[in-house]
Amino acid sequence: MSSPAFAVARRVRVDAWVLLGLALLLAVVGSLTLGSNPVAPGTVLQALLDPSTDTDAVIWGSRVPRTLLGLLVGGCLGVAGALMQGQTGNPLADPGLFGVSSGASLAVVLGAYLLGFNSMTASLFLALGGALVASVLVFGIATLSRDLANPVPLAIAGTAVTALLNAVISFLVLTNASSLEAFRVWVVGSLGGRALDALPPALALALVGLVLAFANARSLNSLTLGTELAQGLGETLWRARLVGLSAITLTTASAVALAGPIGFIGLTAPHAARALVGGNHFRLLPASGLVGAVTLLVCDTVGRVIGGGQAEVPVGVVLATLGGVAFIAIVRRTKLAAL
Amino acid sequence: MTMPALVADRVTLGYDGHVVFTGLTVQIEPGTVTTLIGANGCGKSTLLKAFGRLLAPSSGVVRLEGTPVRQLSARAVARRLAILPQKPLTPAATTVRDLVMRGRHPHQTLLRPWSAEDAAKVAEAIASTGMTELADRDVGSLSGGQLQRAWIALVLAQDAPVILLDEPTTFLDLSHQLEVLRLVRQINARQGSTIVMVLHDLSLAARYSDRLIVLHEGGVLADGAPWDVITPAVLATAFGLEALVMADPASGRPLVVPLEPAPDTAVPAI
Amino acid sequence: MSRRQGIDLGVIALPWRARVLWITLGCAVLVLGVFTFGIAAGSARMGVGDVWTTLLGAGSRTFGFIVFELRLPRAAAGIAVGLCLGLAGALTQTFSRNPLATPDILGVTSGAAAGAVVAIVIGGGGYSVGASLLGLGIPVVATIGGLLAAAVVYGLSWRQGVDSFRLILIGIGVTAILGGLTNFLLVRAQLTQATAATQWMVGSLSGVSWASVWPMLVVLAVAVPFALTQTAPLDLGQLGDDFSTGLGVAVQRHRLLVIVIAVVLTSAAVSAAGPVEFVAFVAPQVARRLTRTPRPPLIASALVGAVLVVTADVGARVAFGTEIPVGIVTAIIGAPYLIWLITRHNRKERR
Repeated sequence: MSSPAFAVARRVRVDAWVLLGLALLLAVVGSLTLGSNPVAPGTVLQALLDPSTDTDAVIWGSRVPRTLLGLLVGGCLGVAGALMQGQTGNPLADPGLFGVSSGASLAVVLGAYLLGFNSMTASLFLALGGALVASVLVFGIATLSRDLANPVPLAIAGTAVTALLNAVISFLVLTNASSLEAFRVWVVGSLGGRALDALPPALALALVGLVLAFANARSLNSLTLGTELAQGLGETLWRARLVGLSAITLTTASAVALAGPIGFIGLTAPHAARALVGGNHFRLLPASGLVGAVTLLVCDTVGRVIGGGQAEVPVGVVLATLGGVAFIAIVRRTKLAAL
Repeated sequence: MTMPALVADRVTLGYDGHVVFTGLTVQIEPGTVTTLIGANGCGKSTLLKAFGRLLAPSSGVVRLEGTPVRQLSARAVARRLAILPQKPLTPAATTVRDLVMRGRHPHQTLLRPWSAEDAAKVAEAIASTGMTELADRDVGSLSGGQLQRAWIALVLAQDAPVILLDEPTTFLDLSHQLEVLRLVRQINARQGSTIVMVLHDLSLAARYSDRLIVLHEGGVLADGAPWDVITPAVLATAFGLEALVMADPASGRPLVVPLEPAPDTAVPAI
Repeated sequence: MSRRQGIDLGVIALPWRARVLWITLGCAVLVLGVFTFGIAAGSARMGVGDVWTTLLGAGSRTFGFIVFELRLPRAAAGIAVGLCLGLAGALTQTFSRNPLATPDILGVTSGAAAGAVVAIVIGGGGYSVGASLLGLGIPVVATIGGLLAAAVVYGLSWRQGVDSFRLILIGIGVTAILGGLTNFLLVRAQLTQATAATQWMVGSLSGVSWASVWPMLVVLAVAVPFALTQTAPLDLGQLGDDFSTGLGVAVQRHRLLVIVIAVVLTSAAVSAAGPVEFVAFVAPQVARRLTRTPRPPLIASALVGAVLVVTADVGARVAFGTEIPVGIVTAIIGAPYLIWLITRHNRKERR
């Protein structure tokens, strides 16, 4: 089978990967060099290879961890979004759909409200715990409904739980000024000023999540054909759901714990990735992760550059604005591939 | 000379810049059963969609009983022309009767979204597709063949003199395929309806159509009565198929019997 | 025929759907009940009888003042907000064929929020632009913001007609941009302004007066009849655009009309009470499960919305004593109920 059309399709795919790779490289270089205190790429390279110059502190102490954080968080959110849309068959599904982000936020606010926790490290572990609890809750409701085949009640239950958690957050925030202070800094996702002590556990969870995600790719490909055909192809529904939901929870929870609830990437990266590489999850999941990582790094860098020193613009804000414009352009340009 | 039921007059058709037909003209005579045939991707459904004003030609006009369809309101067209698209969406939690009732939409008014006549027409459409016993079942619980018959019932309930059917026999077993096509002939005979459909089975198309139109490479390859159209030469060009054409002992219409290719040409050299 | 299929009254003939009818009437009765209770409850206690005699013009002057000046505007606003959001939600979920699609996705809510926050933050900060925006009043600024955003979403989605999937995706993009802007202003704002803006953004009925009720009633009076004319096309829309066209629906005109109705309804509610979230999502889903119809029923969804908002408002006042914004309580009441309906509904289907 090597009809010309097929060959063209393959070339386009390869080009998409080259494009994504280049974009990632540029984003990483940009993230390392640009900022309130621009450093020439050569100097950065020198500092990376031979840590002895003055700029080391900036590079190793701030830029490198921040870049790694951006790659991890963006990648996790992109993958989680593609998983969530595949699992629910709904283009509006984002990784926060099962209450993961709201659960994390609620835990952070509760920590500030009840226990007076304000440190970044405490927030991080609280967020991780909250995300896991919320996700288990939604999955529990779905199991209770005994209708794992149908993703619609799952999505609706997730939305309902998310709304409930958000309502509790708003309640606490409005009745307690210190919670509001903790919350309004937390709720705008950002890569800056985050404590890195909890990076190792979060990283470990994220890696387990990513492995599970790729283990779920074949099941997702079957699920997009409908649950009946999927079962015919030998899928065990509950196992496919459990693996997928665990992967979503772990990746999203670690991302949220590290950077706060960063919206939008999980929702839109899969759409952009689908336009680039098509709907096969073996390609879609990595592409969506790459798109997410690139987007987050670029937006973070832009936020640092615009802020120009004193007050950088949080990446969540840049992301929503720049990402929104880019996303609209993609949606207008391309022929839409429905799920 | 009677006015043709449908005319595609020098139409150019395509999707998103990809042109399928340029300046194509096809006329459909009233009271006939016409079937569009051709290889996959030859534009059968495209032409049918243009007739059913689901696809606006980039140039040329489609006329319904002499009037350009663009000049008629959507509802006025729907009272005169019904179309069964290839992949309709199945609505959730809907009974067969409710589904078929939706076919009455072009006949209903704002204050009368229901009438006894509608109910009667719906019951009739359900009966003529053999769905009476399933009328109160949820469409989600139907088999593929039953669902297909429910769709056809919907189109029949629309009660339009011109009916377009895009592959009405998909998902049906042979006896249900025959049933649907007999039903098509019956409607045509009883009400003088004009029917245009897309079919894949050449022998069935030949057996139940007055006229066959073979589409190939952006144009009409052959057009006429079954015996004039179904010839080994046409089959070879349109489908790349070597076949015998013989008289069907049951109907006297052409019957296509594909031949096995000679061993050395088994793999087409592409 | 065993089952009654329709009733013919000459000029008007309707299909007979007993369950839909009873549920709708039940919701209407419930709305009246909660409405009465909402007026009766409060620091100055009144009996249910007192409420109705006063409403009908035969009560004492004290009660008259309390009812007409203090409590009626709030109760009426609650009902109107619920009706607007419930109906707008039902329309959006139906035309988009997606239960997660709420009018927020059309850009109205985020546009209104961005407008209001710009007015509060910049206006409060003393810049001349913001101050003149604030001078217009937050409801007006929010309405302008919401309508502009919705127009932008619709305009950007146009490509030889508007496809509902593309519309939703564009809406997500625009909502994100406006949300980013709003968040940015909130982070940069002083804490007092941030608190004021946050308060506005969760939606509340505490500040309503007759001046905010009338616009909603006018919008409802116009929008409800128009929405009802779209019942049949909405049903047919569930079969896909091709089939709708085949059955005589002018799909693009119908879609524009439905979007305009949903946008105007949402915008009216948001400008009166702020973005009361969740009602537009939950009311249609609850109504659809109660009536067991293939898509959210329009009138019943609106009524469920009204019940939810008024109950939440009264509940917050009676149970908590303090002023908790209604937007929070709607989610706290509505979400568990919907979850319960989902689990119950599915179990029944399995057996």
